Amino acid sequence: MSEWTRHDLLDLKELSKEEIEMVLQTAKSFKEVSARDVKKVPALRGKTVAMLFFEPSTRTRVSFELAAKRLSADTISIAISNSSLNKGETIIDTAKNIEAMNVDLLVVRHSCAGVPHILAENVGSSIINAGDGCRSHPTQALLDLFTIKEKLGKIEGLNVAIIGDILHSRVARSNIWGLKKLGANVTVCGPSTLMPVGIERMGVNVSYNVNDVIKTADVLMLLRLQMERQKDKFLPSIREYAKSFGINSSKLKDAKKDLVIMHPGPTNRGVELSAEIADGKYSVILDQVTNGLAIRMAVLYLLLGTKEQAPVSG
Amino acid sequence: MPNSSKIMDKESIARALMRIAHEVLEKNKGVEHLCIVGIRTRGALLAERIKECIKNIEGVEIPVGILDITLYRDDLTLIATQPVVHETLINFDITDKKIILVDDVLFTGRTIRAALNALNDFGRPANIQLAVLIDRGHRELPIRADYVGKNIPTSLDQNVKVILKESDNQTDEVVIKQRIINE
Repeated sequence: MSEWTRHDLLDLKELSKEEIEMVLQTAKSFKEVSARDVKKVPALRGKTVAMLFFEPSTRTRVSFELAAKRLSADTISIAISNSSLNKGETIIDTAKNIEAMNVDLLVVRHSCAGVPHILAENVGSSIINAGDGCRSHPTQALLDLFTIKEKLGKIEGLNVAIIGDILHSRVARSNIWGLKKLGANVTVCGPSTLMPVGIERMGVNVSYNVNDVIKTADVLMLLRLQMERQKDKFLPSIREYAKSFGINSSKLKDAKKDLVIMHPGPTNRGVELSAEIADGKYSVILDQVTNGLAIRMAVLYLLLGTKEQAPVSG
Repeated sequence: MPNSSKIMDKESIARALMRIAHEVLEKNKGVEHLCIVGIRTRGALLAERIKECIKNIEGVEIPVGILDITLYRDDLTLIATQPVVHETLINFDITDKKIILVDDVLFTGRTIRAALNALNDFGRPANIQLAVLIDRGHRELPIRADYVGKNIPTSLDQNVKVILKESDNQTDEVVIKQRIINE
């Protein structure tokens, strides 16, 4: 296996196939740690990880925090509502001040694309992008790849359909980069108003009919309909969306027997998928959450490898 | 090539493991509560072989686990890139068990220290005994082996390499090599 040399994880576009596979392989080893009675190993003892979430998040923040704690790193979580940003400080200054307290790694989420990249250029601590605007969410894509590989044994050659609000979805973009690198056939499917212009340049097929897509799919990756963005009138109504693109058992009657249905959460039951599907046999939604922890442990472990050159001794 | 000499061959490795199996059974008065945990990579392979020896003697299969100590290393902050982490596979409860911890070469003792800490996180065994194929000296921690295949006095500029057919795809042997020092 090749060596990990990266200092930051900003998006999957920049990772090679080998690097992605290395994260997946490392995560496999870390999954076992969370199944123990004592869910803690001393690998990152003495390291400090700060969570900078400029956007609401439960799953991702908790997942990163637990991942860091299970590796014995110390964590701090900065809630933006009561931070100095409200007093007019710039994001770079905030990050530099946190770095000045010798924090080794910053996990950053922001509603503007590119913020983690700017911070990576301006601070010495490692940066993990935990979601920037509509652009990228690398650890979500990595955990999705891990889950597909775990459930279906491979990724190469699989037909993966990403369904829903492609336009606003950083999960979709990151997954397209990752899936294409690992050799999957990717189809994006959603209402035309939520389909970005030129998306086929990423190497994906585009479909507007969910029933066509389901017949050949090995994996359905459903995206959350971002209700907070629907005030811009991308859709006639939520009900119409649910009728056309929501997954329920009648839509799945021609689906493959070992179909895998994924959703990055939080789910809108009755919109992207019906409750019976969310809790049904195809759904791996909770496996995704479990695997997310292992992926984040792997990423933290790999990124916090130190830079000084010294010989390995047994 | 630097000087290299073979110090154990296939047969002597097999004899040493068989003797260790007998010693384990003698000291523990049978196989009750006994289990074996091998340290990745070669310790795990030797653990499997000792299990086979014990099966041949007593006719009983005792549980075997594999321990990866990477996350417990004391030099993680010193080495350049993070070492590859492999899975730990211990599918039985170690609490109140007598554990035979197996590794190929006992050197500084730091690997064993890491393994003891790791085992501690899995439960509270009745005791832990250490079996190694080679003890080459130069301990940096107060650790000793209960069962030793062969004691080999070495100097610090030598490398001791245990070669096993499962991992190295060639006939079992133990060789000592003079380390190449370029600078």
